[in-house]
Amino acid sequence: MSTKIETPTDSHGSSEIQEPQKDSSMLMQKEMINSNYDALTNTANNGKKVCSTFVPGNLNELIQSFGLLNNLPETNAIQNAMRQQSGGMIQTAERQGHSEDVCTYVKADIGMMSKGNIAPNGKPMPNPDLLLLSYTGCFTFMKWFELLRQEYKCETVMLQVPYQGDGEITQNMRDFVVKQLKEEVIPALERVSGNAFDIDKLRENMRRSAQAEDDLVWVLESAKNKPTPIDAYFGAIYYLGPIFTAFRGTQQAVDYYRVLRQEIEQRVKNGQGPITPGGEMTKERYRLVMEGPPNWTNFREFWKMFYEEGAVVVASTYTKVGGVYDQGFRHDADNPLESLADYCLGCYTNRNLPKRVDMLEKYVKDYEADGLLINSIKSCNSFSAGQLMMMQEIEKRTGAPGAFVETDLVDPRYFSAANVKNRLESYFQMIEQRRQGNMIASAR
Amino acid sequence: MKCFIGIDLGSTTTKSVVMDDTGTPLGHGITNSRSNYDTAALVAKTEALISARLVLLRQSLDKAPGLTLSTDDVLYMLERHFRLAQFLVQLDNLKRLCGEKAVQGNYKEDPATLTTALERTFSALKIELSKLFEPGAERKSDFFRDLAGTVYMEVAESQAAELKISSDTLINIYDKSIIEVENIPPQVDMSETFLVALDSALNAGEIQTEDFGKVQAALKEVLAVELEETYVVGTGYGRARLPFPKEHIRSEILCHGLGAHLMYPKTRTVLDIGGQDTKGIQVDESGIVVNFQMNDRCAAGCGRYLGYIADEMQLGLHELGPLAMKSTKKVSINSTCTVFAGAELRDRLSLGEKREDIIAGLHRAIILRSMSILSRSGGVEDELTFTGGVAKNEAAVKELRILVQENYGDLKINIDPDSIYTGALGAAEFARRAVEA
Repeated sequence: MSTKIETPTDSHGSSEIQEPQKDSSMLMQKEMINSNYDALTNTANNGKKVCSTFVPGNLNELIQSFGLLNNLPETNAIQNAMRQQSGGMIQTAERQGHSEDVCTYVKADIGMMSKGNIAPNGKPMPNPDLLLLSYTGCFTFMKWFELLRQEYKCETVMLQVPYQGDGEITQNMRDFVVKQLKEEVIPALERVSGNAFDIDKLRENMRRSAQAEDDLVWVLESAKNKPTPIDAYFGAIYYLGPIFTAFRGTQQAVDYYRVLRQEIEQRVKNGQGPITPGGEMTKERYRLVMEGPPNWTNFREFWKMFYEEGAVVVASTYTKVGGVYDQGFRHDADNPLESLADYCLGCYTNRNLPKRVDMLEKYVKDYEADGLLINSIKSCNSFSAGQLMMMQEIEKRTGAPGAFVETDLVDPRYFSAANVKNRLESYFQMIEQRRQGNMIASAR
Repeated sequence: MKCFIGIDLGSTTTKSVVMDDTGTPLGHGITNSRSNYDTAALVAKTEALISARLVLLRQSLDKAPGLTLSTDDVLYMLERHFRLAQFLVQLDNLKRLCGEKAVQGNYKEDPATLTTALERTFSALKIELSKLFEPGAERKSDFFRDLAGTVYMEVAESQAAELKISSDTLINIYDKSIIEVENIPPQVDMSETFLVALDSALNAGEIQTEDFGKVQAALKEVLAVELEETYVVGTGYGRARLPFPKEHIRSEILCHGLGAHLMYPKTRTVLDIGGQDTKGIQVDESGIVVNFQMNDRCAAGCGRYLGYIADEMQLGLHELGPLAMKSTKKVSINSTCTVFAGAELRDRLSLGEKREDIIAGLHRAIILRSMSILSRSGGVEDELTFTGGVAKNEAAVKELRILVQENYGDLKINIDPDSIYTGALGAAEFARRAVEA
């Protein structure tokens, strides 16, 4: 063995996990997320009321127009997982009798409640004043809030959102959701907040939403560049923090996405690759489309398996769970309630399988990806059911190879690093081998 | 001559293949995987090089005129004596380490008594184990650990009874020592051992003087050939821990795909069932992997499952297949979870089902799971090549044939007796291509 070896990690510095390079946008994002937790854990002093809701179907513009604070239990579970807290919380919930097969977001939330409901900032979370479920495409969400209602005995509204079984939003569906907004959701928000509905405030919020959405879409689509200046999965999750949570419709979000866009514009101009925890990626070897949520308990470790091999995600569906903006939807201040209805109806997992396949196909082609990788989540059937068909269909339509990795959302017991790495390395090497095979074939 | 070496470090065994610059495999070696991966890789490689020397010797003897003995007989004889010599070196190591442990181990027994017990145990061991290398003797395993362990347990028990000490102590001493023995890198000088082995065959009267001279000359010539380790590629579950730079490492998916292609060029689908994973691989006409699926969240229904079941039933792993073949009735086993299968097995036994029928059901359960992995990877296309340790199990093969027939029709299913080396073969070819291509 006399060959001189250079490992891919050599080309972008140390393979040690470092703090990601912090741009202004990154600092802004962190400050925003923290500020929401600070507001939530300070209701005793600020006198604000709290509305708990979910990322898909998040009606933040409406919630904030009533002056309510927005708390997202799903995001809390993610924050807890990234801080290595979710495992203990899940086990607490299981000790109470919740099955191992139940959604781990739910169990992490229930476990968090049992452990004093401490927010990620270390302070106790207030009880919610309103449980607002505005997306029923995930059936587990309903059961989750039923459990919370049992615990908090607070007002609960469930907005029924019809499934896009035929792949489109009909006027009937839209009317049905608008009717519920008018007759159920808005009156509940008025009762809880003590404020009357102000459509002008809502319109103002929605105008700001659309502005931020424009910049976000630009950022996500920047991944069409070669090399891509962003990682549209691991990296993009940070970009989505504000717009998926309590900030869509705020001036802060408008500012954040403008700054982010400027930063990425600069990266494109400089021909720079994405920033990873291991530094800037200097050699893009594999461009992937990713389907399914990430694993949160081992997020950094999972990401490292990609960037160490020069693999970058150029488009992903998970980054659309809080709004599929790149497919054209914008919050529309001129038709506020209809637009909110379309927003809820258009959630990614509310789309039927043919629509999801179309979207993935478009991603593979438009972003010139080498393959489709599916992170199949053990405890999320809302996402996982149908993924095999989707993969096979994409392979057939695009010729790009698909593969599965199997992990979980926030249960650390279902992340087997050695096996996931094994599968990913095999997948990357297969892409490389196929590429060389094609080169040989075309040279003949 | 230039040699290209592939090493497949699996969860159960480590395999190696040596290939020449034309792509012809020269030899292969296998050992049990152990805590020290460097040693496992080195042992497997050394074994493959030994096997390569024997292949070269066979080629040379086939050309040598006037031998009384057949080439097969000469090689069988030489290898037996060589293996014995190798084995005795390891036995000496084991004896030495056991002796040290007896004195340092703070056992409740008097160290002098323990030493006596060990002296006697090892004298008996040497005699008993040497019998395994006599002409016509069968060895149930090629691994020192298995051969020495079985006999040690028997001998130690009778010694313990005689000297009124606890047999647990003797077994404890063994358990601690065998791990260290396995982690000692191979110490045998290959050339010298081969020549000594031939001498010892002469002394045992197994070869006549005239043949001896010719064989010795051929052997010296073969031993003089330099087997240059031109390039080594590692693969397998433990590949990341192999002492190789990254460029010398390939995923086992690629290696199995290429290995199966080399064995059977018409292969389009490969099923590999190893100790802890099951892989469905699709390859094109050049052996390039176009798709694959494998289990990664759970190892249910892999090779280890059979190992566990064998333990539960107090059978040897190799006895499971033949037993299942005797089945006359279909018993369904639902669980491929290794732990639950044990409970299900006891439950079926208590219901009066026969052992062979239950075991056949377990084999079907494994293959059913493989079928789902295969279909995820894109189905089964002609020809299907079945590899991995489980491919040696006739009952698993039988179930596979049935299920492939039912789901995909009449396809050719290839099973090579050396299929355990498929990954290492692919790795060796990658090594060759890295230099020659």
